[in-house]
Amino acid sequence: MTQSRLHVPHPPARPGEKPDFSYLEIPPAGHEPRPDTLAPAIEIERLGTGMVRVLDEHGRAVGPWNPHLEPEELQVALRHMLLTRHFDERMQRMQRQGRISFYMKSTGEEAVAVAQGMALQPGDMLFPSYRTQGLFIVRGKSLVDLMSQCLSNTRDMCRGRQMPIMYHWAEGNIFSISGNLATQFPQAVGWAMAAAIKGEDRIAASWMGEGSSAEADFHHALTFAAVYQAPVILNVVNNQWAISSFQGFAGGERRTFAQRGPGYGIPGVRVDGNDFLAVYAVTRWAAERARASGGPTLIEHVTYRAAAHSTSDDPSRYRPKEEWLAWPLGDPVKRLKEHLIGIGEWSEERHAALEQELEAHVTACWKEAVTYGTLSDGPTLDPMSMFEDVFHDMPAHLKRQREELRGLTAAQHAAAAVKIPGGEG
Amino acid sequence: MAQMNMVQAINSALDVMLGRDQRVVVFGEDVGYFGGVFRCTDGLQRKYGEHRVLDTPIAEGGIVAAAIGMGVNGLRPVAEIQFADYIYPAFDQIVSELARLRYRTAGDYCAPVTIRTPCGGGIRGGQTHSQSPEGVFTHVCGIKVVMPSNPYDAKGLLISSIEDEDPVVFFEPKRIYNGPFDGDPHKPAVPWSTHPKGEVPDGHYAIPIGKAQVVRPGKDVTVLTYGTMVHVAEAAVRLAEVDAEIIDVRTMVPLDVDTLCTSVSKTGRCVIVHEATRFSGFGAELSATVQEECFWQLEAPIARVTGWDTPYPHAFEWDYFPGPARIVAAIRSVMEAR
Repeated sequence: MTQSRLHVPHPPARPGEKPDFSYLEIPPAGHEPRPDTLAPAIEIERLGTGMVRVLDEHGRAVGPWNPHLEPEELQVALRHMLLTRHFDERMQRMQRQGRISFYMKSTGEEAVAVAQGMALQPGDMLFPSYRTQGLFIVRGKSLVDLMSQCLSNTRDMCRGRQMPIMYHWAEGNIFSISGNLATQFPQAVGWAMAAAIKGEDRIAASWMGEGSSAEADFHHALTFAAVYQAPVILNVVNNQWAISSFQGFAGGERRTFAQRGPGYGIPGVRVDGNDFLAVYAVTRWAAERARASGGPTLIEHVTYRAAAHSTSDDPSRYRPKEEWLAWPLGDPVKRLKEHLIGIGEWSEERHAALEQELEAHVTACWKEAVTYGTLSDGPTLDPMSMFEDVFHDMPAHLKRQREELRGLTAAQHAAAAVKIPGGEG
Repeated sequence: MAQMNMVQAINSALDVMLGRDQRVVVFGEDVGYFGGVFRCTDGLQRKYGEHRVLDTPIAEGGIVAAAIGMGVNGLRPVAEIQFADYIYPAFDQIVSELARLRYRTAGDYCAPVTIRTPCGGGIRGGQTHSQSPEGVFTHVCGIKVVMPSNPYDAKGLLISSIEDEDPVVFFEPKRIYNGPFDGDPHKPAVPWSTHPKGEVPDGHYAIPIGKAQVVRPGKDVTVLTYGTMVHVAEAAVRLAEVDAEIIDVRTMVPLDVDTLCTSVSKTGRCVIVHEATRFSGFGAELSATVQEECFWQLEAPIARVTGWDTPYPHAFEWDYFPGPARIVAAIRSVMEAR
């Protein structure tokens, strides 16, 4: 008699065990062919199982995907990635000091947002997810604004309505981050459909983690993108971990995430997510394809979440402490730095000076941000503003509730004033 | 003025808005080439092209998500969910995204999406083609909820919904698509051409969202209702031989508290009628509101007549449906209480 058996995926290593990334197939840099941007999806299925890589183990840019960027552009990229890292470190520390309630670092994944932000046009619409703060940095959003959002202070773009990191930037064409994961994926497709309906040359891009690719929204996004050939780039950032669930719990044991694309008739490209040049090149390829009515592309970025999921998470409970050090695709910042040094366009001295400059910049931004208030000190937002923006025009029931709160607050202030010693009468 | 049934009135509203505003796009399952399973979009794709009136995959979550993205990109999407019973796959996109986008971005982003969806029973639709989930959406901050009861209102309210800066869930009581229904399934169907609200202007007009309407003035008891049940309540009031004031709520969010409570303050008695289930249904909100605003004017406890708290049963449809007999009984009990 046969009997079925439930397969419950297990990560290769748990705390105390030796990190093991043997499940990852990593071809050498320069190995993947670069097809024509308008090649039919069926002819390029191989890109979903291989891995586009440009930077080799010696930091050299090799193969047909080398985007041949100018050294100045690479230096800008390094600056953006390093700034993202310094910003993250500072905000993590500020959370630990109780200055902000929550934070999420993107450490180890900086190349994804920075390379893609740089490869796209300023008019292209970005639908971000967690750990894509690099997009805001590339597009020039000031750190003071990002910090102010995390502080829910008087300069907060969200007016105190969202927990930290749920940024948006309308002028910079960056959509609002949602805590309901994956919702932005099909929204980006709708945005791209509208661009095509209007006959624009702008495209959309969206990001999600491999974990949330299990949501129905992923399927909706790929279905709609394929059906309407929407000009959109759909990115799955496979950082191996969704809080404590390794990528096998999203189906990664059976197929790469990029391979899901061809199932929908969409090219799926798997890229070394810690290789700035490879991510940049693949994004340019997909963007050219989308702009030329070639339709959507699914990109899987193979990377590693070096930090905890968030400041509320303790990864030492579920994965080996030193796993990040064993990650075979290395550190994206270090790899780009070594490449730049290798081509004679960078040095340890310049790097150290840049780090110092960025650290000072982050410090100055933080000092400015707290002048707009923190959760505990300084100027505060008016609680009455919580009733605004629920609707375009405030309906009667919200006006009534606002007046109720206003009355309550006034009564509390009056009561507090009476309690001041010697202040009675 | 033309004679229109509710389907034609909705079609006319979409036609008017597609013609007036290049930003309006209409889409949903079977909406394009075929013109919708209830024919509400008949002929529109032919007239406006497949970039403005289009069919979609069978994926309600995808439809609403795409509508949000289009709205953010400057369009005015009108999405059809083929039956209100199918709206739940889109629930997260409606509740967590569409309803709260303006709020969470402090007004920097919004998606002025209208979701049209046929609701209600009395069509032998069983539990998957008969539901009235309006109450579920009234509990969500940031969306307006509308349900017309006749062709004239349907067109005017749909135009207002599409022109509104906020997202609107627009419920269409499908039992009265083709004619007013008095709650007796054994009587021959009556067409809208026999009803004054079947007279519908061809062009543009708007009925403001947030305004209830007194359908029948009266002094003895107030009946608060909407959708199909407006007509059932009218029949019940005739049977009960009372001078009832019937109010068509029309918009659940925002609620026209003034019109409702002015009436109850006058009559001192209130019966609430809806087809949706009772427990935590929208009637509970109406009842609480009336109690809060009119407690000292009330002569009797407020009564609710609703669908039973069961799924909509196929074989027992008319035992389930809150027909005239139950409304008459409620009116009498409220009239007798002292």
